[in-house]
Amino acid sequence: MAVDAAPRIGGRKRSQRALLIEGAVVIVLALLLIFLMPAVLSGFRLSLMGRFLALAIAALGIDLIWGYTGMLSLGHGVFFALGGYALGMHLKLQIPPDASSQLPEFMSLYGVTEIPWFWQPFYSFNFSVAAIILIPTLLGALLGYLVFRNRIRGVYFSILTQAATIVFFNFFNGQQKLFNGTNGLTDFKTLLGADVNDPQTQFTFYTLTVLFLVMSYTLCRWLTSGRFGRLLIAIRDDESRVRFSGYDPTGFKVVVFAVSAALAGVAGAMFTIQTGIISPKAMDIAFSIEMVIWVAVGGRANLVGAVLGALLVNFGKSLLSEQFPEIWLFFEGALFLIVVTVLPDGMVGWVRSQRNQLQALLGRRRQLVTYPSLEENPEVEREREDIGN
Amino acid sequence: MITGLFEALFNGISIGAVLLIAALGLAIVFGLMGVINLAHGELMMLGAYTTFVVQNGFKILGGPLFEFYILFALVFAFLVTAAVGFILERGVIRYLYGRPLETLLATWGVSLILQQFVRSVNWVLVIGIALFCLLFFGAMWILSRRPDFQRIRNWVVAVMLPLSLGIAGATGAFLGQSFQLAVTQPWFGAQNLDVTAPSWLRGGLPIGSFQLPYARLFIIGLTIVCVVGIYVFLQLTPWGLRIRAVTQNRSMSACLGIPTEKVDALTFALGSGLAGVAGCAISLLGSVGPNTGQNYIVDTFMVVVVGGVGKLVGTIVAAMAIGTANYLIGSGTLALLLTPVKPLADIFTFFATTSMAKVLVFALIIAFLQVRPGGIFPQKGRTVDA
Amino acid sequence: MRVAVLTTNLLAYIGATTGGLPLRTRLYYIEALRKSCKYQVFVSYVTISPRDLHYYNGLTMNVSLVGLIQLGVQNMARRLGRRKFILYGSATLGTSLLLKACAKPSANTTETTTTTTTTNTSSTGGGDTIKVGILHSLSGTMAISEKSVVDAEQLAIEEINAAGGVLGKKIQPILEDGASDWPTFAEKAKKLIDQDKVATIFGCWTSASRKAVLPVFEQKKHLLWYPVQYEGQECSQDIFYTGAAPNQQIEPAVDWLLQNKGKDFFLVGSDYVFPRTANTIIKAQLAAKGGKTVGEDYLPLGNTEVTPIITKIKAVLPNGGVIFNTLNGDSNVALFKQMQGAGLTPDKYPSMSVSIAEEEVKAIGPEFLKGHYASWNYFQTVDTPANKKFVQAFKKKYGENRVTNDPMEAAYIAVYLWKQAVEKAKTTDIAAVKKAALGQTFDAPEGKITLENNHHLAKFVRIGEVGEDGLFKIVYSSKEAVKPIPWNQYVAETKGYACDWSNPNKGGKYKGT
Repeated sequence: MAVDAAPRIGGRKRSQRALLIEGAVVIVLALLLIFLMPAVLSGFRLSLMGRFLALAIAALGIDLIWGYTGMLSLGHGVFFALGGYALGMHLKLQIPPDASSQLPEFMSLYGVTEIPWFWQPFYSFNFSVAAIILIPTLLGALLGYLVFRNRIRGVYFSILTQAATIVFFNFFNGQQKLFNGTNGLTDFKTLLGADVNDPQTQFTFYTLTVLFLVMSYTLCRWLTSGRFGRLLIAIRDDESRVRFSGYDPTGFKVVVFAVSAALAGVAGAMFTIQTGIISPKAMDIAFSIEMVIWVAVGGRANLVGAVLGALLVNFGKSLLSEQFPEIWLFFEGALFLIVVTVLPDGMVGWVRSQRNQLQALLGRRRQLVTYPSLEENPEVEREREDIGN
Repeated sequence: MITGLFEALFNGISIGAVLLIAALGLAIVFGLMGVINLAHGELMMLGAYTTFVVQNGFKILGGPLFEFYILFALVFAFLVTAAVGFILERGVIRYLYGRPLETLLATWGVSLILQQFVRSVNWVLVIGIALFCLLFFGAMWILSRRPDFQRIRNWVVAVMLPLSLGIAGATGAFLGQSFQLAVTQPWFGAQNLDVTAPSWLRGGLPIGSFQLPYARLFIIGLTIVCVVGIYVFLQLTPWGLRIRAVTQNRSMSACLGIPTEKVDALTFALGSGLAGVAGCAISLLGSVGPNTGQNYIVDTFMVVVVGGVGKLVGTIVAAMAIGTANYLIGSGTLALLLTPVKPLADIFTFFATTSMAKVLVFALIIAFLQVRPGGIFPQKGRTVDA
Repeated sequence: MRVAVLTTNLLAYIGATTGGLPLRTRLYYIEALRKSCKYQVFVSYVTISPRDLHYYNGLTMNVSLVGLIQLGVQNMARRLGRRKFILYGSATLGTSLLLKACAKPSANTTETTTTTTTTNTSSTGGGDTIKVGILHSLSGTMAISEKSVVDAEQLAIEEINAAGGVLGKKIQPILEDGASDWPTFAEKAKKLIDQDKVATIFGCWTSASRKAVLPVFEQKKHLLWYPVQYEGQECSQDIFYTGAAPNQQIEPAVDWLLQNKGKDFFLVGSDYVFPRTANTIIKAQLAAKGGKTVGEDYLPLGNTEVTPIITKIKAVLPNGGVIFNTLNGDSNVALFKQMQGAGLTPDKYPSMSVSIAEEEVKAIGPEFLKGHYASWNYFQTVDTPANKKFVQAFKKKYGENRVTNDPMEAAYIAVYLWKQAVEKAKTTDIAAVKKAALGQTFDAPEGKITLENNHHLAKFVRIGEVGEDGLFKIVYSSKEAVKPIPWNQYVAETKGYACDWSNPNKGGKYKGT
């Protein structure tokens, strides 16, 4: 992957080295997460960590479509939930053969006598795993194709995804017999014969989540570098110009949207297995908006930022709501406001700008950004001095 | 059959009217200004809470005046939410023009804050906030007259902010300690509130076996008044002209000396005020609580988008269409009408509960936007970006 | 990038004189003007998105391409300064809050460990306080209902502490917000159990939240007190259900309606699990007892548009009939307000609600509800000495205008029952408490209740009619406490099953006689 990602233009050796370093850092971090964290964190915090890492996978997906391609989806909860449901259905079908009923218990309570046809394939573990990825991907591709073909974009796209969220939410919520309605799927027992609530198994899931996160990061890194990545950014910055240059953005947008949906699906599955519940609540609009917030806080168009944002916002939320159960919403609201008004580039962007300033203080030459940013533009500088007097 | 048809028509219109009045403010804020205001629902909620306060005020006055509290409530709701909208625009949104997606996130934050605010507002909180504003902005105002203010500004802020926060917090804590329940009891609390329509708005006008609820008639009337009012304001007054000018071409308007910032603030305040009126109206039908606004927000956006952004006519038509569709599917009328066509009837019977009707209507909206991405009345123009 | 500068009085002039010129030419004028009157300026910025910046290196030649001019009096330097400042300010504020958040629990734990080196057993907590968890939604949709339950639980804890506590120790409640989000409930339950090591947890309202925490409690063999009437069909070893089972609320209400009000039922419910299960039970019961279900409809939670439902009711019940209402929260308000508007009055269309208590009546407005019925185990108007005391204490703590209702009472008794069980077991060890709790009786506000072997309470059944003042007039009251039946006997799938935790061989679901 590393070779593919390297830009072909000059300095190939150097960029290869940079990539190697990055790869090493990622692997070290992953190893730290797997081996050091369990020693440092209490069991409860570790399980939280596992869950938030799963959410970070979804954040990567959001960053891919929002940060890089400029499409703000407010309906990613749907894909997240579909991934969760796919795994949940498989888990619900793990019924010990000596049980009184061979149906998930909610079905027998609501008078379903035979397992519905679309539950059948979920007996197979392999099918379920495939479904976790494929169902969100296909749905994302379909939705994306329909929407992008008509050149619906920007705000309209966001609002359409919201409408889709409502459709799915109401549907899953209303189908008591098929999906257990509001309660969702819960009370999972075994997966491949292992007790899912056993700490050892949970730790396996945690490790898996870390691995998936690393894989997703690699995938996104690969996608966003090179020609494909540059095209995504071009679509974000000016879709019409991309069109004028002879590309059809629709295909690229559909692909990237589907990938992002698949990531959300994986995240949903990992989250479900670690939380022990998947319910239509995950398709709530609030949750989908929150996903975007993680990315906004961490830093758009920056993969590290997305992961960091997901972890920090969720840990912050968790701690704050523990300490101030009555008023923590104030803080959450304020966080959104502050991020949007004063940290438009998120934390990573802020750290970068600080680093530049620090280097300038130390007398080193300022790093040149691709575009001269506003602050550094000599013309603006001159203007500002004029006004100051 | 005639009454049946009439009933379906009336019910469709009355659902549409609620949607329309809720979407009107948004049609201005989102349609004309392009600001995605996710706090719109919360502004409606504030309108509903204002209605509650006005109602309680008139209860104390008592007598025949109470019967007309709703009219005053409409005015107050408009003023209060317009003021909140004004503050919102000046404080947050004006920094975000041209960045619609950021606005979306910021207003979502605002909506969370507003929800929590009505849950936990009490005297301590209000006094604390007032004290903080007095100290902080007062100090800024006094110091801003110094000639070297620009230079010391950051220092002033750095000193004054924690100081005023501290004083306000300490005062709040002290008040809470010394007066206990009298000041710490939330004004509204997390519970829903009781807004009771005056007796002339309860009950309904019987027509045969069917009864037209007065509250619905009132809302339909109110919606008409609002629509006409907005139309007149936008078309016939100088400020309306300016608003239209700025929304059409900001740069030209600015060059011609129109104070665009004032126009922005005014437009936003107007849209917010209409949300307040809508909040007052829906308090006649539904609940008043911290979640009131959340129930409407997606529906109203749908109405504006389906109608075609920036077109009032589109908003009206879309609201009526969505309302009628919702009613026809949800009440099973459509299933009944289509009985001869068996498979179609089966489909509609499946969707003939209120919650499934919503699924179908939203799916239809998505399908419709496939055909006409610009809504029923797309905006005509040469711009590449819609 | 900001370019042009104008004086105020010249602004209109330029507009008028250069109106017909291309924007580019205009900007030259502006530029010229700027140079000539530098010190009395009114600044205007031409905003150009950064990505297009390289086009404009030759100053403003191509400005007309952008056409986005924003006039403003802001001073750039000032604006940037403030932005930085807000950033730093909020960062400090945020970190200090987080620091406080992180520091507090550790301070607590050190405190407990230093004071109690002797009896630091796993879940008992030790020290001179016993920690208990309170886990309800304080934000989100369910906060409306759950906040009052928290109030009642805190009242009970305060009373117990004032009377000397449990086993000579004070109870220390630890409040957590489930945020109306089911995974959050599970997360917070784990936190309370693993990190705070609470002795027990009082919490949850919706069935979904209970189902979400159930695996957590079963895995940790911990103890949850669940205070709300629910749909039954569950009997966990790790939960005590202090609200009503269906046979203590829904079934008697249906019987009463059949006897007194009519045989034709229309079922309205919110679209979630309790109404759907309750309606399954009601339909089975009506079929068994000669009633008739003429229709049913479900509203999404929080939806307030009930016109289609009213049309349906009128279509199937033109001459009146019974409406059985299992709506939750906001939708209730809409239903009753609009039913009155549509002329569905309680004399022709009496309704029986199982989710409307005093608090909801207050929120809907008694004017709309007068003459409608509700079925509960407890009403504020119940005439017992224990209730007088309860209502008085509650109003004293939370204000005269507050009311008490059934879930609040159930939550209140839960705390007391736990206290009695702990005292009987003489330890907070969970297994011992569970055992000791069975058979406990308590003189509750609703009457004398007993905790049965199936982890539910034997409770009194009452039906009330809403009166002018928003309180209920009790029109029916069971003579004695009704024994709970968690597994419903009208539903074919669970017919004949029962639950008995006093006998380990029987357990949560066994085939009875």
